[in-house]
Amino acid sequence: MLNINNLHVELEDEDKAILKGLSLTVPAGEVHAIMGPNGSGKSTMSYVLSGKGGYEVTGGTATLDGVNLLDMEPDERAAAGLFLAFQYPVEIPGVGNMTFLRTAVNCQRKARGEEELSAADFLKIIREKAKSLKIDAEMLKRPVNVGFSGGEKKRNEILQMAMLEPKMCILDETDSGLDVDAMKLVSDGVNALRDGKRSFLVITHYQRLLDHIKPDVVHIMADGRIVKSGGPDLALEVEHNGYADILAEVAA
Amino acid sequence: MKLAQAKTDAAEARVNRSDLPTGGKWANEARLAALTRLHGAGLPGRRDEYWRFTRPDDLNRADAPAADLLKTGESPVFGDLDRLKLVFVDGVLDRDQSDAMAMQHVEIETLADAAAADIHWARDIYGVLETAGQAPVERPLAALNTALAENGLVIRVTGKAPRPINLQYLRRDQCADAVVHHVIKVESGAELTLLENGPGAARLSKVAEVDIADGGIFHHVRTQGRDHQRRAHTHIFARLGKESEFKSFTLTVNGALTRNEYVITLHGDDARAHVAGACTGDGATGAFHQDDTVFIAHDAVNCESRQVYKKVLRNGATGVFQGKILVQPGAQKTDGYQISQGLLLDDDSQFLAKPELEIYADDVACSHGSTVGAIDEGAMFYLMSRGVPKSRAQELLVLAFLAEALEEIDSETIRDDIRDRLAAWVERHSG
Repeated sequence: MLNINNLHVELEDEDKAILKGLSLTVPAGEVHAIMGPNGSGKSTMSYVLSGKGGYEVTGGTATLDGVNLLDMEPDERAAAGLFLAFQYPVEIPGVGNMTFLRTAVNCQRKARGEEELSAADFLKIIREKAKSLKIDAEMLKRPVNVGFSGGEKKRNEILQMAMLEPKMCILDETDSGLDVDAMKLVSDGVNALRDGKRSFLVITHYQRLLDHIKPDVVHIMADGRIVKSGGPDLALEVEHNGYADILAEVAA
Repeated sequence: MKLAQAKTDAAEARVNRSDLPTGGKWANEARLAALTRLHGAGLPGRRDEYWRFTRPDDLNRADAPAADLLKTGESPVFGDLDRLKLVFVDGVLDRDQSDAMAMQHVEIETLADAAAADIHWARDIYGVLETAGQAPVERPLAALNTALAENGLVIRVTGKAPRPINLQYLRRDQCADAVVHHVIKVESGAELTLLENGPGAARLSKVAEVDIADGGIFHHVRTQGRDHQRRAHTHIFARLGKESEFKSFTLTVNGALTRNEYVITLHGDDARAHVAGACTGDGATGAFHQDDTVFIAHDAVNCESRQVYKKVLRNGATGVFQGKILVQPGAQKTDGYQISQGLLLDDDSQFLAKPELEIYADDVACSHGSTVGAIDEGAMFYLMSRGVPKSRAQELLVLAFLAEALEEIDSETIRDDIRDRLAAWVERHSG
């Protein structure tokens, strides 16, 4: 599914390398988690994969089902099946949440040569999905993320994911700013999308999220590359001992 | 001295090409007085502070510059509403295309008919509100209009008008130079909605004097057509009585030159005046210069005023906003709000803003803000990351930017109609 090979990325404005030979493979249907100390490049990776400006790829490749992601515009990557749940979802005053979602769904369908959803069909589907995420009609009507609480914003991200049905979902610290109940709700939303084919890359600082969204593989990222990979136990080890031991072991 | 002489000469040249219209005693007096005001001030020049951001040359010159007629095949704005329609072609009322000038609680006559009478109530308004609006800044082109106008309507509203009045301004002649002057009197407790649409003329000079008595309500929505080369200079002078309400919204798309001036005096306590405008200009389809110049004077207690202006500019388009709130001594509990924002879609366009507050009372709440910026990159990326292509994302963000101004329109039907037309404009000018 997702294949990152020896990816090198610098900040465009300053000559600063962030990703230094990142390699990672997420096969179809699997959930991989990435943990790592602050500044290790986790968010940069998610931005570079989804096509945010301000970064320069100086080497390496990233493909989704064999298609080169790095040459595409962000909307083309989305239409190809990539989705990023933002750590800080953006507020867009003046654009209704519903209008936004319908535009996004239909733009993607159009890009893939599929028929656009009618207003009625769209409404039916979104109502059902919103209900399971406890998103009410009022929240759908409001401008995108404006005045949403932290939890509402994250639930709205998952709703978008559910509506867009991507192949590859990247969740960037989706647990940050969530209370226990909200985390459960969001996790349930994610788990509902696990169908054996869809893949997930979950970036988090905390093992707790991984109790809800059970990963197949856990990667530790430090200084712009994956330094260690393992099973779910690796996350527990980080939770108990921090990163120091792992980083020391890698350095040795 | 030399400059003042040049300005007066220019005024002479502008007036001499047409004789003053003749009418009854009151109208002749009003026109002569206006001519005197015009000669005293001369035509506006670039060195006048009030014309710093907009060149008056095309408004001053003796003949109107030609403007191609635009055929869109589109249904006219307000066309689906139940309204009393009155059609002007190149500034002249066309009775054949118009509905009968009659409606419950409303008296409508032409300016020519009213001017022919020896005595008429319009005498207390025609040129009177315009004269009051000559201070603190001279508005010679409004005086010119008062002196020269033969066309226009004189409307008196005595109760709640059952339907809006819709003035449609069509064009026929490429070079028509129209001078239109309306007088509107909203009696105590009466209510009127006025809708205006269409470009009017190659060059349109339009003045409306609106006198709203205590408790009267006047709502106004206008669109200024889509003809690319047309020029328009409009003035609305309004005097508001106690507990009265004035609301006006203007949509400007296209047009080589547009200047819309408001002079509003809140004369009675507890009155409300809201003005708003949305404007989109694309220099790629012709020169675009649009100017909103608003002056609102609070001269009573506990009045509220709002100014909300949004302009989207691209490919060398220019937007101007000059807005002032004046709070006179004693106008306590004034609530004044003003926002003007420009969204520039490229480096070639410009938004020039001059927000002003002048306050002589100590118990008031006035705020003003003015911003100019580009499309928010963060919002753009967010939309694109959801699969929305760049051009479509930009359209959404442009409409979102304009939404706040559209919210100022009370009627949801009209608001939706205008939003749809703006969306179509934005889509045509996308990418």
